[in-house]
Amino acid sequence: MSRYEMMSRYEMMSRYEMMSRYEMMSRDDAIDGSPVHHTFGPPVIAGIRERAELGRYPIRGWGARRAVPDFDDLLLLTASASRYPLEGYRERCDTRTVLGARRAARPVVLDIPITIAGMSFGSLSANAKEALGRAASQVGTSTTTGDGGMTPEERSASRTLVYQCLPSRYGFNPVDLRAADAVEIVLGQGAKPGGGGMLLGQKVGARVAGMRTLPEGVDQRSASRHPDWTGPDDLKIKIEEIREATDWQVPVYVKIGATRVDHDVRLAVAAGADVVVVDGMQGGTGATQDAFIEHTGIPTLAAVRLAADALADLGLTGDVGLIISGGVRTGADVAKALALGADAVSLGVAPLIALGCNAPTYRLPAAGEPAGAGAGIEVDVSAEYTALGTAPGHCTHCHTGACPVGITTQDDALAARLDPALGARRVANYLRALAMETTMLARACGKSDVHRLEPEDLVALTVEAAAMARVPLAGTDWIPGR
Amino acid sequence: MGELTTAVHDPDSADSADSADEVVFDLAVMSTRHVNAALRALPAGARAQVVNPAGRHNLAVGLSRAIRVRIAGPAGYYVGGLGAAADVDVDGPAGWGVGENLMSGTVRVRGAASQSAAASAHGGLVVVEGDASLRAGISLKGGRLAVAGDVGRYCAFLAQAGTILVGGDAGEALGDSLYEAVIYVAGRVRGLGTDARVEDLTDADVAAVRALAADAGFDHVDPQNVTRVASARSLYHFDTAQHAAY
Repeated sequence: MSRYEMMSRYEMMSRYEMMSRYEMMSRDDAIDGSPVHHTFGPPVIAGIRERAELGRYPIRGWGARRAVPDFDDLLLLTASASRYPLEGYRERCDTRTVLGARRAARPVVLDIPITIAGMSFGSLSANAKEALGRAASQVGTSTTTGDGGMTPEERSASRTLVYQCLPSRYGFNPVDLRAADAVEIVLGQGAKPGGGGMLLGQKVGARVAGMRTLPEGVDQRSASRHPDWTGPDDLKIKIEEIREATDWQVPVYVKIGATRVDHDVRLAVAAGADVVVVDGMQGGTGATQDAFIEHTGIPTLAAVRLAADALADLGLTGDVGLIISGGVRTGADVAKALALGADAVSLGVAPLIALGCNAPTYRLPAAGEPAGAGAGIEVDVSAEYTALGTAPGHCTHCHTGACPVGITTQDDALAARLDPALGARRVANYLRALAMETTMLARACGKSDVHRLEPEDLVALTVEAAAMARVPLAGTDWIPGR
Repeated sequence: MGELTTAVHDPDSADSADSADEVVFDLAVMSTRHVNAALRALPAGARAQVVNPAGRHNLAVGLSRAIRVRIAGPAGYYVGGLGAAADVDVDGPAGWGVGENLMSGTVRVRGAASQSAAASAHGGLVVVEGDASLRAGISLKGGRLAVAGDVGRYCAFLAQAGTILVGGDAGEALGDSLYEAVIYVAGRVRGLGTDARVEDLTDADVAAVRALAADAGFDHVDPQNVTRVASARSLYHFDTAQHAAY
């Protein structure tokens, strides 16, 4: 059995497929006359068999699949008699976003409050990184490096590039540090708070290995703790070091995976963060253990309110920036996140989908067509998803490096399937659409600036969402716990 | 302090420093930020002395030119960190992360160093003339670390590339989860970390130790009589049978 086959066996039947069967069986409590066990249902049995066969746990990409309270569980209370709406297509609604003005000489100034999250070259192909950088530049926002350092393609393609300082410090160096527009010290991410990065050997090719100072082909498992500091008091000194090395020019972000958000945000602020990035459990990854993805951290919906309240309690709302990530997909998600107190959102999985992730086809420029100018030609790769044991629309096999659409791969032939210009156009379109949706909703709430959206503009559809977001259950004035 | 050749220097005139003279920055009257900015502004070949450091953190951080800096006293965290090309000499002990992420040049500590000395250093040489605490050489990425005395536990944890010379004894869990970095210990090894093993000394090893000891100024290390510790490379790939090792 090949390495890829071994890794993908667990997902021969997609989780969604298994869940829907399971739900159906739970409803009927029987299938073909046989009773269904709640604790040891078919997906559980499949998982146990898989572990028994392979002797290890499933690893995959993306974030939590399980249903958790999210932005869909909130509704915006747009204007009526008690509030004036702005004209949707006429009156100005500002989206300009400034991050890190508290201490940095050159704060990050974005045209829209929607950014691209940190994803590594290694996890993604160089073409994918370049496409994300170009797209972000086209719409006036930032993109972010990842575990493994900064590539020249990414730097040159990105008008505003955030440089991550991760526990592994792979590829981290003072030249790239000074070339960055902001620095993000990563303490964790939503998909695996408390865990280190992972890049399986098939993606550790010569260039990736060289950038990370690793032997080619190793199953890279990054450190989960920084090598030269422990705890918030040390972090404060570390942040000062970064400021010294960058001559206090650029903002320093601190990124946390959403767990004990209130405490962690307070400590990040005490350590001197200009911006706190909070990544909820729906936040994606290129590869990690399924058990980590599904069973650690808290939903983004809960995290955003905890973080915003912590900043408010410190009297630092607006002074210390708050970026929220983890499962943001639409302009409605953006508007709700901003209303709950975020200054900006960060997206990872969604822009990859815009690039072509999970599409049944990939597109390349047609003969004679300038790159990125036309619709291109379309090539069907459904069979390659099938060979991986998955299907378009269900794939989370980023860890295999065998991405049929050339995004999460280090294989040259696969990577060539993604045209950076074409991809950039798609991602830029997507980000523009999100910005337009956000302003449309903000105008309808009577706001001339998306940052003026507020919790008062929201209600919740469920008790759980009401409790997490601390907004009233729709049709009531009841906020659970208050 | 007997080497002082100039009065306390005005940092605004640092650009015009004559490389033949030593400029002096006094932390009793200047902030760390001002001193670092002035050091970074010095031209290649310049010499500087930082007096009254009093254990301040982040001294001589982010240097990128071939200048010589003497810290006349104890330094705090990250002295000489994120540097390239410069030679930084600490006349006293140093705190955490001395020479962290060094790219080239030298950081010398004329005393003991606290935790994570030379952490993640990509190049250059970090010399500790006393003992080094826990995790010396952690995540080393190609740099060289020479410690005249003893090192604490988990020296070279996750070290990826480069060379570490320990002139004294090494604490427990030496070389835990090593990649391709190599450790030489002149004294006793209290215990090896996961996936670390003792290997035979080759002529190339002896030459490497001789060169490193010479560069560090160590005359108490016999290059023929050190213990070579390197990775067994058994953790490079996932293997369920190794679960207990993690």
